[in-house]
Parts: sequence; C-alpha cells; structure tokens
Amino acid sequence: MTNQTKYETHEHDVLIIGAGGAGLRAAIEGLAAGARVAVVSKSLLGKAHTVMAEGGIAAAMANVDKADSWKTHFRDTMRGGKLLNNWRMAQLHAQEAPERVRELEQWGALFDRTSDGDILQRAFGGHTFKRLCHVGDRTGLEMIRTLQDRGVQLGFDVFMECTIIRLLADGKRIVGAFGYWREQGRFVILKAKAVVIATGGIGKAYRITSNSWEYTGDGMALAYDAGADLLDMEFVQFHPTGMVWPPGVQGILVTEAVRGEGGILRNKNGERFMEKYDPKRMELSTRDVVARSIYTEVREGRGSEHGGAYLDISHKPAEYVKQKLPSMYHQFKELADVDITKGPMEVGPTCHYVMGGIRVEAETAAASLPGLFAAGEAAAGLHGGNRLGGNSLSDLLVFGRRAGLAAAAYAGKAPAASIDEGQIAEAERDMLAPFDRSQGENPYSVHRDLQETMQNLVGIFRIEEDMNKAMSNLEKLKDRSARVRVEGSRLFNPGWHLSRDLKSMLTVSEAVARCALARKESRGAHSRIDYPNLDEKVWGKQHNVISRDGDRMKLQQIPVEPMPDDLRELVADEK
Amino acid sequence: MADAILEVFRGTQEAGGAKQYTVPIAPGMVVLDALHYIQANLEPDMAVRWNCKAGKCGSCSAEVNGKPRLTCKTRMDALPTDKPITVYPMKSFPVIKDLVTDVSWNYRVNRKIPPFTPKKNTDWKMYQEDMDRVQEFRKCIECFLCQNVCHVVRDHHKKEEFGGPRFFVRVASLEMHPLDTGSRAKLLKNELGIGYCNITKCCTEVCPEEIKITDNAIIPLKERVVDEFYDPILKLVRKIRGAAD
Repeated sequence: MTNQTKYETHEHDVLIIGAGGAGLRAAIEGLAAGARVAVVSKSLLGKAHTVMAEGGIAAAMANVDKADSWKTHFRDTMRGGKLLNNWRMAQLHAQEAPERVRELEQWGALFDRTSDGDILQRAFGGHTFKRLCHVGDRTGLEMIRTLQDRGVQLGFDVFMECTIIRLLADGKRIVGAFGYWREQGRFVILKAKAVVIATGGIGKAYRITSNSWEYTGDGMALAYDAGADLLDMEFVQFHPTGMVWPPGVQGILVTEAVRGEGGILRNKNGERFMEKYDPKRMELSTRDVVARSIYTEVREGRGSEHGGAYLDISHKPAEYVKQKLPSMYHQFKELADVDITKGPMEVGPTCHYVMGGIRVEAETAAASLPGLFAAGEAAAGLHGGNRLGGNSLSDLLVFGRRAGLAAAAYAGKAPAASIDEGQIAEAERDMLAPFDRSQGENPYSVHRDLQETMQNLVGIFRIEEDMNKAMSNLEKLKDRSARVRVEGSRLFNPGWHLSRDLKSMLTVSEAVARCALARKESRGAHSRIDYPNLDEKVWGKQHNVISRDGDRMKLQQIPVEPMPDDLRELVADEK
Repeated sequence: MADAILEVFRGTQEAGGAKQYTVPIAPGMVVLDALHYIQANLEPDMAVRWNCKAGKCGSCSAEVNGKPRLTCKTRMDALPTDKPITVYPMKSFPVIKDLVTDVSWNYRVNRKIPPFTPKKNTDWKMYQEDMDRVQEFRKCIECFLCQNVCHVVRDHHKKEEFGGPRFFVRVASLEMHPLDTGSRAKLLKNELGIGYCNITKCCTEVCPEEIKITDNAIIPLKERVVDEFYDPILKLVRKIRGAAD
C-alpha cells in the first residue's frame, strides 16, 4: 500500500476487535507481553455485552464445596456440551479459570464473600458443585469494570464507537482491519501484525433475544469473508428465562441465579413441571433442557398468562432476595410492575448465546488464517452442543488471555506486510452504496423479517421443512439487503449502521441454518423434531465446518478429535 | 391503542431543534421503545445510544420532560400524556447528533485516577461486612447522569478542574477497598477539585443505581481531604517534618 493513503491510519502490533471480557482480557495480556495494543469497540468502553452477565464466573475454587476440582468442572462442561466440546479447551478452561478469577481480584474486583473471607460461590445449572464466583447478580459489570480499569492503567489505545467492516489481508495472512467511526462516518485503517476477534455473538438475528444491538455476528462474518472456518454454528443457546411481559421487555434476561438461589418453575396449573423433564436436577438442569421444557409446557397449553412459565423466588426472605438478586428485583419492579419478593415472575426462552463460532486452536486461540485469533463467544469449541451458565465469563478470561498472549507472540515474529488498496476501495464502495440508491427498502424492515425467519423457522425446535423455508427466505432477504436505501448523512446514522450489520447477520444466519439442516439428530441446544435422538454413530463423531467458496457458503464435516484415555474416564465415570 | 407525542431533539451542537413524532403506546412501554419505534418506522437516521435495554449498561441517558433519566427505565405510563413527552440530549455534554453526546471528558477524567494498589503479601481474605459499602460504589453503570446534573459541570463548566460525582464514586471505591493502600487525597483536592462540590445532592437524586453518592462517597472523601490538608495539628506536624504540601 502506498504511504499517501487518503484514510486515517493507525498501526499496532495487536488489534483487538471487541471490548467485552474477552477483548479486554486479550488486550491486557498483549500489553503485558510488551505489544502495542489497540481495542476497537462498536459502543463506548464498558458497555459491551459482558456487562449484562449476571450470575457469575464458573471456576473450581472449592471455596464453598471443598470436593470441587478442575476435573469435575471439566466433566460438567463436557457432559453439558454433549461431548461435542473441544476437550483440550474444556480442560484448559477448567484448569485455568480459578487463577483467572484470582487475578481479577488482584486487579480490584470485589466478589461476594464466604464467612471465611473467601470468594463466595453459588449453585448453577449443570454444575455439580457450588462454583459460580459472583457479585450479587451484576458479576459482568464487576468484571468489565475491573478489566477496563486494568487496561487503561496498562495503556491500551481504545477506539470507541468504531465498526470494522473488513479484515485486511496480505495473501492469506490477516494484517489489519478497515472500519468507520460511527460518530462521523469517516473511514479508518487499523494496521496490525495480529488481529484478535472478540466480537461476541449473533442474538440480534432472532426476534426474542437477551442480546443488545451489537450482537450481529460481525466477527464471525468478517472471519468468514476473509476465508476462515466457522464451526458448529447450529448450536444456538436459548436461555430458559427471559422476560415475556410487557412486550417491550420481551427477551430481557432473567438470571439463572434466580434458580441457583432456589427459584422454582411452575406452569399455570401450579405444577412444578421440571419433575417431569429432569427429576434429578429439576430447575438446575442444563439450559437446553429447561428451555425446551418451558417451551413444551406453553405449546401444550399449560403456559402462564402471557405465554411463559412462572418462576418463583418469593418463598425466600425478601431481604435475601433483594441482596442476592438486586437487579432482578429492580428490573421486575420497574419494568413489569412485579415484586419478585411477593410473587412469581413470568419467564420464557430467549436467544442468548451461540456455542458455534470461529474455529480455533485450543492452546493459542488461533483461527484458520495466519495472524487471526478469536476468543470468547465469537470463537467455538469450549461449549460443544450446549454451554453451562457461568462458563461464559470464565471462557472470556481463560481464552481472552490465551489469545492476547499468542497474538503478541505472533506479532513479535511477523514480517512486514503490504495491503492491497483494492480490498479497501471495495469495502468503502459497498458501505456507501445504500446512500446512492434513489429508492429502496428501509434496513429496519429487512432486519425485522430476518428475525422472524430465524425465530420461527430455526428456533428451539427445528424441522427440515421449516429450515428449507428459512434457507429460501434468507436468499430473498440477501437480495433485499443488497438493495436497502439509507437516508440522511454519514453523521451517527443508525439506519446506515444497520445496513452493514444486516449483512453480517445474514451471513451468520445462513451458517446457522445450513448447519442445523445438516445435523440430523438432536444434541444439546440443537433439537430436531424429525430427528429427536442423539446419533452417536454419525453426528456424535463429527463437527460441521462452514467456509467460503467464492460467493457460496460451503459446508463440510470434520471428525471430533478423540479424548485421551484419562480424560475419557473422567467424563464417563458416573458419580 | 392510544398514541403519544414525543418531542425529540434532532440536530447537532451547531444547529437543531425539536421535532414531534406520534408513537403508538403498548403496555409497559418505555421511552427507549418509543425512540426505537421512531427509528424503525419514521426516521432511521435518528441517533440514540443504547445497549442492554435493562438498566445495566448506562448507555441511553437523556433528559425526559426535563429530567435526566435512563430512557430504558422510564415508563411511558408514568408520564403525562396530555402534552408531548420531551426527549433531549444530556445538557452538560456537547451534542454529536440528536440524543448522542460527546462524553469523552469522562474517560479523560478516569485516566487521572491511580489504580487499585493492594497491600503487599496479602492473603486476599476480605469480609462481607467490610465490602458492603464499597460494593455500593461498584454498582455504578457509568450512565453519567450524575455528571450531567452536577452544577459544577452543568452551570459552571468546570470540566478541566473538576472530576464530577462519578469519579468521586470511583475514587471512593478504591479508597475504601479493604486492601487498598493508595492515597488519593491530593488528587481529590487538586486535579479532581472536590472542593467545588457544595453537596446539593443532585447527583444522588438522579442515580438510577440509587448509590448515595453525596452521603456515602463525596462527604467521606471531603473529610479525608480535610484531614490530610487542613487539620491544624497534622499541618504543623508536616511543617516540622518539612513535608508540607
């Protein structure tokens, strides 16, 4: 690339896209390794989706249940994920999570305490022991603020309200990114020797979701566009408990900590229906099971007034509820006129998380292109077919750190790169095209129809006929998205921003639908009405891999890597 | 279904004015829902910041009927419908566009604050009773409504010499951390200008997290500054030691 570029240009060793828990943790590690680090964020610093994480960080610290160990955490994670997890990631995660939590404490985080003065841990779905380190029900806020302050102290450059629209490549190698400032609409080149994607998930492709506007699958779509592999995209987690009423708050998360603290689920007849679906673990069964159970109760006519289930914690003392679940108390009081210390909440499934994502190496978080790394929800592998609550925050810390470390090491050895201007010109042209159209649809209406398609046809329960319809809808939506028109100027223009985010959502939606259609079994969060059972012979042994083949999306299968014997014993052992 | 009229500021720091929109009201609707309705159906280029829509991220601050609020927690049915509901950007920060303001000053202030400095060789034991008061400060979601409403910022424009309630809360969270050994009294007195605060409690009133900013953070910090700099006995001791500041 010539030196006289017309674009604002910055240069760093490591560029991190996304400023949630994984991105910030990667940045801290990159800085500690001596790299010059930049973090790009679509929102203001400290507003990323991590802030909404409520229940806690899973780490086998054994502060409350002394019998806990990494081995049990590993086993719970693998079994929760229906053994489709990358076993090495699950092992590293279980082994390293306690140290990552202690680190947060050393950087100033203040977790709730046991009477002995240690970090308090609570019960959560699918975890054998009390394992979630928490701060009431605002653990994510504590975590992001701690990481943010640490990063500021160590001196990262933060590019706030900046959206990346293309990864820049030199041959196959990723050497930076091209984006625009959301405020002014000006373009910017961010050159880097290594790039870490930590952009989170895809929830905004669904109508009912706990996710914010940022969750449009950008990082996965950017990686895919650049030629990287996506893995197991069919596994989309529907959190069992989102708000269902009033309409404006539909989908907003109701933390699993309500059940962790003893909350009980009932249908309209007052029956504690989890007795039927998972009598052993009841409300603390894994999320896939609880979500399907609530959905089934509603479908069979036993739902609550507004089409959900009743979740009740009011049998606990009011002061206890307010202390352990303060933001839930306020959320229901202010948004739904419900006092949760006195009566039940109405809850129903909400799209919450995607287990699939960018395919990475376990140790280094390296994606399938040189110079590209991914961590957190944007990466796949750790959670397999279903994620346990609390394993997300620990994932961000463990693999954020590993990604930062590996990216800095890669950057230290990376040779000089050149960037072909053509890729920048093309990205700019595509980005500005919606302004040039004299007529065309509003991007919001295309987004609405995309959400309906994914919600109704590739949702909690799936069937071939629906998904074929979804595939054909997605083709039409792609055409419509290519013809949207935006009005106004480039100055902070949400309609224009959405016209780009829409493309990312369409890419990841197609990946989800293709993988879901291919996987002819039910496993974890992927439930097929037409294939209701596990198929260990075929699908228990393979992953779906999505990659780009010219303009077409290619789907292949790769074998699940077998576990070493010692780990296999841990998982198989029925305790 | 009834309609509401919203009067929303449209424009930039240099030029702009109020514009009215008719929005159908749904049960339980909040002001942010109404703004989203306008974006999706009437004016897609209307600039609004938001993220979680659940009062946890502090992005959607604005002035609703003249009161600084999180728009995601302001119920439409709590507002009078016989006149338009006004939605304006936070007054203390320069407008970028519509309801989006330039809050970068806050991030600059934050950088002045020395980080958590733990005791050496601590065993990291902490007890809940020692943490409760600090955890109150850690609830802050950085909505900057307290910064927006503070006279020192809003009316007297002292951004260069004043830190604002948000950062007194942050300093309090560090100073009162059971294991912190740093001292930030000089910072409070000089760079953060805590003396400008005349404890009118406007910040406490607007805090959506109900942090008792004035009583629990600012007043104790002011006392620390007084102890450090104005206590006559301590001052004498310092003078004798030649360490007067």
